[in-house]
Amino acid sequence: MTLALVVLLPFIGALVAPLFAQAGRTAIAIVAAVPAILALAALFPLWENLSQGEVLVQTYEWLPALGISLSFRLDGLALLFALLILIIGILIVLYARYYLKPYENVGKFYCLLLLFKGSMLGIVLSSNLLLMLVFWELTSLVSFLLISYWDHKQDARRGARMALAVTGGGGLALLAGILLLGKIVGSFELDDVLAAGDLIKSHELYPITLTLVLLGAFTKSAQFPFHFWLPHAMQAPTPVSAYLHSATMVKAGVFLLARLYPALAGTELWFYMVSFTGMATLLVGAYVALFKHDLKGLLAHSTVSHLGLITLLFGMGTQLSAVAAVFHIINHATFKASLFMAAGIIDHETGTRDMRQINGLWRFMPHTATLAMVAAASMAGVPLLNGFLSKEMFFAESLALNLPGFWAYLPPLAATLAGIFAVAYSARFIHDVFFNGKPVNLPIYPPQEPPRYMLIPVEILVFACLLVGIFPAFAVGPLLYSAAAATLGGPVPEYELVIIHGFNLPLFMSFLAFFGGLIMYTQRQRLFDFHDRFKALDEKAIFEAFVTRVAARAESVTAMIENGSLQRYGMLLFISAVVIVFMPLLDLGLSIGSNGLSPVDPATAVGAAILIISTLAATTFHRERLYSLILLSVVGLMVALAFARFSAPDLALTQLSVEVVTIVLLMLSLFYLPSWTPMETTSFRRWRDALIGLVVGLGMTLVTLAILTRPFSSISEFFLENSKPGGGGTNVVNVILVDFRGFDTLGEITVLAIAALGIFAMLRNVVLKPTQGDGKGHAWSRDAYPTMLTQLSRPLLPLALMVSAYIFLRGHNMPGGGFIAGLITAVALILQYIASGMEWTQQRLPLRYPAMLGLGVLIATLTGVGSFGYGYPFLTSSFTYVTWPVVGKFELATALIFDVGVFLTVVGASMLILVSLGRLSLKLNATDRRA
Amino acid sequence: MELMFALVIGTLTGSGVYLMMRARTFPVIVGLTLLSYGVNLFLFSSGRLMSGGQPIIGSTENYSDPLPQALVLTAIVIGFAMTAFLVVLSLRSRADTNEDHVDGQREHRRVRPAPDEAEEPRK
Repeated sequence: MTLALVVLLPFIGALVAPLFAQAGRTAIAIVAAVPAILALAALFPLWENLSQGEVLVQTYEWLPALGISLSFRLDGLALLFALLILIIGILIVLYARYYLKPYENVGKFYCLLLLFKGSMLGIVLSSNLLLMLVFWELTSLVSFLLISYWDHKQDARRGARMALAVTGGGGLALLAGILLLGKIVGSFELDDVLAAGDLIKSHELYPITLTLVLLGAFTKSAQFPFHFWLPHAMQAPTPVSAYLHSATMVKAGVFLLARLYPALAGTELWFYMVSFTGMATLLVGAYVALFKHDLKGLLAHSTVSHLGLITLLFGMGTQLSAVAAVFHIINHATFKASLFMAAGIIDHETGTRDMRQINGLWRFMPHTATLAMVAAASMAGVPLLNGFLSKEMFFAESLALNLPGFWAYLPPLAATLAGIFAVAYSARFIHDVFFNGKPVNLPIYPPQEPPRYMLIPVEILVFACLLVGIFPAFAVGPLLYSAAAATLGGPVPEYELVIIHGFNLPLFMSFLAFFGGLIMYTQRQRLFDFHDRFKALDEKAIFEAFVTRVAARAESVTAMIENGSLQRYGMLLFISAVVIVFMPLLDLGLSIGSNGLSPVDPATAVGAAILIISTLAATTFHRERLYSLILLSVVGLMVALAFARFSAPDLALTQLSVEVVTIVLLMLSLFYLPSWTPMETTSFRRWRDALIGLVVGLGMTLVTLAILTRPFSSISEFFLENSKPGGGGTNVVNVILVDFRGFDTLGEITVLAIAALGIFAMLRNVVLKPTQGDGKGHAWSRDAYPTMLTQLSRPLLPLALMVSAYIFLRGHNMPGGGFIAGLITAVALILQYIASGMEWTQQRLPLRYPAMLGLGVLIATLTGVGSFGYGYPFLTSSFTYVTWPVVGKFELATALIFDVGVFLTVVGASMLILVSLGRLSLKLNATDRRA
Repeated sequence: MELMFALVIGTLTGSGVYLMMRARTFPVIVGLTLLSYGVNLFLFSSGRLMSGGQPIIGSTENYSDPLPQALVLTAIVIGFAMTAFLVVLSLRSRADTNEDHVDGQREHRRVRPAPDEAEEPRK
């Protein structure tokens, strides 16, 4: 319960916080901090157990059949990340309070921030990998919204789109990877996956699985060559960068590497893919960072570089390197978050982030300067700061790698080179911003210290840097140990958390990096000149061009398939159906099955012959629409008879009444449509379509024959046995409709209602001129309402209604029920409209069909809801028997009320459809008369 | 009997498919109706063919399968709603474009009509 609550709290906060947007920035910031504080309080009591290596798993069933469960898991690694997310999250909330302007949409900001926090917690606390993926995608989506928070800026929108495309694309790869993992292991639960490391690594699908999972991790953690999205995401407000791009979002990728470390790491493939990607990222990020004039650009590339460092450490695959990686995750989060915040303060107080303008700020804001300098020193890896410690471990690990020959020099060289660059860009951050002359053309002059409280988050983080740097064992010892144990999934190697391990090679590398970096910084002008000789790579332009190209390609493919011709679509659809369905069917062998054929009786044979001949005739002469329609009605009638012949009286009744309504509808439509179809396709097309039709028809014949002659088992025994005792009716079909499968029926009458309302809406305010006669020179009959029909139809109405009532009431036990009774009523009413005209009937029968239809669905739904009142599930029916005078014993069932709903919906829908059509001519008459 | 029933279904679907690929709305509607007859009979037949076995408790010895029947019953009604919707759509299309071609107005069609597409009424 606790873990689910921890994940859920920020989501609840995201709903609540915007309500306080009107109450001012302070109020909403306080509200937005509450979920994290509560979550910390909830996690606190669990800390004791975890430090002893226990793992807490809490599971709720969700979709067990698909292997998806709402399961959460807390171990050392998850706790470490949860603490980073929550604590830095609180600091960000405080910082953003002063960063955002009063006129900005603070409600949206805090809502998104909390959504992000919840999603991030979901990633680190999920035990089910598919559940984790859901949160993973959520972070991509929410980060898209956060980066484009200032959505009036084109750069922000483009940067957000790029981030979403890259991380979302990686998410798809990760999904595939996780599905493969689940396939190999047979479970998506983390415990099972972690325990199955050997199985996974020896499986033939391991290379592809690993590649896909790594694609997900590398895109998220901005690894080369996917790193380009991160610098462009710097268009986000600085609190977002400080949160997402230092401590959380980009750490999700390395979190994944740590999380699946026992399951995937330790192979040669892992080593080469992960360590070389990490190394490339480390160097590229560090190199580019030095040349960025934008403060946040520098920090972003430095982040890329540090993420590469962490990835490289994981890639090395030794146990100590994994410990170092986890340690660096903590350290990087603290110093980088504080640096981003400092950059935001400078931006806030000077109005720019360009280091060519920002100089000599020490005189204006010494407090901020001190904090930023300490954090930057940590980034450079200066002793007594936390960055130094993990970097030393990194150097030591790079030396310990056992590579053959010349290759052994590569990791330490790369590490030292990256270290030199890191010192150089950190020096630039310190010297160029706070010293180096005077400010140049600052938009806000003179810069001042920010509000006092805005500095508090920075102070706390910088204090953490110092604390970890000076008293590492005290500050993070237990946390690091349990996180490392959880990452390795086993015993943790011996390691010592002390400030200096003595004078050894790693320390020498640090000195080399430090002085080399300082020298590089002093010689920066030459480097800048060198760098400027290369044409700057505009990732955004390349990306946009790529997107445009993909879109154009997709469009041309779409245009090829979707050319706007319905006939083409139909053809493609049927041909693909034939292709896709026929191959597996041929494998099954479409022969006559073991049940054999039963004898044919003459009456049935005649009926079938009539049906086939009418169908073929209706098709052959389809251009004579009226004939085609008459033949169609013959077909429908024969289908109804077929139902009756093969023991389906309910279907026969339904088909018969639907047939009448359909034919009336089609007749009405022919009043407005031409009554002939022009010869309009080439003979090639006709023959081609005929061939497709023939193949489909033949296929259906064979499939049907194969099915009909094979034995089968049905779940219907249940319905037959329980219909009477459980549902209180002997007509099993009706009991299934209104009782066993009542929910389906409710859905179906809702569809019916929607279709009718759609038709009603589509025909409003439409004027359609009827055709003049049948198109062959015959005018329509002048006698619109023949006397005989009128006279006959009137007495028929009460009779028909009585039959309908009878059919309705007996439906539960004999063929009948709401559907059929509704259709019979509709037919009876339509007859009045046909015989006596719209106006005459409407005056005498002022029924409002839309209301009737709504009432029907409402009654059916309420019947279902009613069973809640008695503590039963939705649509549980009950019945009893009452004895009426004259009638005798009679059954009363709640299913009957449900059937009333069905009845009303069917009547309302059928009538609404037909009357809407009929009204077309009425409107026309009205316009004629006015004219 | 089974062969005959299968032939009926084949004829209905084949004809329905042919008509659904025509260029004017009305034949398409007729085709769809034929196709839904075929599909309904097909679904119904998955409970096998049985004479005199109406699934009404107490009326007979052997009952036919009631489940496909219940499914087909609602399918018939929904099929009617579908057909009606299509009919009205075609009417609306005619009202808006003054044509009954399935692709709407001639000049807005992306596909040029075949050269021999005659528009005159038959003699």
